[in-house]
Amino acid sequence: MAFNLAYDGNSYPIEEEVSALDTLLNQGIDIPHSCKSGVCQSCLVEVVAGAPTQASQVGLKATFKARNYALLCCLFAKEDLGVRPLNSEDAEVAASIIKVEALNHNVLRLCLKPEEEFDVIPGQYINLITPDNIVRSYSMANIPGVDGYIELHIRVIPNGRLGSWLLNEAKPWGNVKLRGPAGECFYVSDKEGGDDFPMVLAGTSTGLAPLYGIIKDALARGHIGEITLFHGALQPEDLYLVDELYDLSQQQSNFSYTPCVLNGSEGDFYICGDVQQLVVEHIAKLKEARLYLCGAPDLVNAMKKKAFLSGVASKHIYHDAFLPSK
Amino acid sequence: MSLYEKLGGAEAMDAATDIFYRKMLADERVSGFFDDTDMEGQIAKQKAFLTMAFGGPNNYTGKSLRDGHAHLVEKGLSDMHVDVVIEHLGATLKELGVSDEDIAEVASIANSVRDDVLGR
Repeated sequence: MAFNLAYDGNSYPIEEEVSALDTLLNQGIDIPHSCKSGVCQSCLVEVVAGAPTQASQVGLKATFKARNYALLCCLFAKEDLGVRPLNSEDAEVAASIIKVEALNHNVLRLCLKPEEEFDVIPGQYINLITPDNIVRSYSMANIPGVDGYIELHIRVIPNGRLGSWLLNEAKPWGNVKLRGPAGECFYVSDKEGGDDFPMVLAGTSTGLAPLYGIIKDALARGHIGEITLFHGALQPEDLYLVDELYDLSQQQSNFSYTPCVLNGSEGDFYICGDVQQLVVEHIAKLKEARLYLCGAPDLVNAMKKKAFLSGVASKHIYHDAFLPSK
Repeated sequence: MSLYEKLGGAEAMDAATDIFYRKMLADERVSGFFDDTDMEGQIAKQKAFLTMAFGGPNNYTGKSLRDGHAHLVEKGLSDMHVDVVIEHLGATLKELGVSDEDIAEVASIANSVRDDVLGR
């Protein structure tokens, strides 16, 4: 029996015994692929119609599975299917600004209300597009589906275009556009009744935004394992949401918050030292932990490598390195 | 039955790849070849290699191995490094409880692509 496979605006007949990859290749469509055995993952796509089969998701990260990603070479049709390449252009959604407030000397909290349904998972990022067409990526720091708005943390860089626009031109109820979401750094629940794996989250600067979103999401979904957050900063004044996170740690017995400052003074409310070192020491005893790393690329990559070398499984390391705009 | 099937197929490759790649990253004789920070991409490649060496499904060809390693040969990839790979492959399998006989077979599969990898 033949079904239909939709790809890039066209529909092709797909035989039950021919993989989706071969079906598209046979049509002369250029699809990245290599091993054709479900190993190399170069033919990874998003299934947008129908459901990915179990065989097409073997070996994928939990967050990939949650986003309906599948390997074309292992995908055999049992129903009509639609697939699309990753990172394809998403539709833009209009949103209005509902709040801009300072969280510290250089970080702003921006709350936006999308004008239509906008399906995002806390921890993912979106592109924010201003009326002047400045485009920057920011991560969600809340649970938009519950709060009814999207919260972003924006670091204002001296002479940065988006920061100047926010400080000088953006008005409440002004319009922006959103594109996305994207990113695979988010919470995935495996078990009903709450998961118990330890979570370790670490980031610098506004890397806190996705981490906070992930923490809220995990707690809202009844996570019962230990959740440990490390927020690193160069100077004490670079930390933000300190009171809010400290309060949360008082309310939630399985959540702990460790602010840490590289150039700080001993005896203050934070730990003096290098966040990378603290995380590596912490993780050395917690090989079964899932690790979430966000912020400066050098630090994220260094922590990722050290955590992996100390025994954390690669599939349990989720990360989002913030690349500076150029 | 291939060792790939005996170990548990595609899913077992994840654990084996992590052990193997960890050994490679921690070994100064070869870690320089992995300075690129794309850990996910490198892990996918190691997994494809292990699958091949364990007799699992693969699409490796002499040409793809030559092309894929040419930039490393330029950086000095030599027999010594291939020996290190085979050494870590053996140690990985030992950790997974694989018999010496099967380890020898894996080493011989890995050895069979030595000339392609080194562009000879």
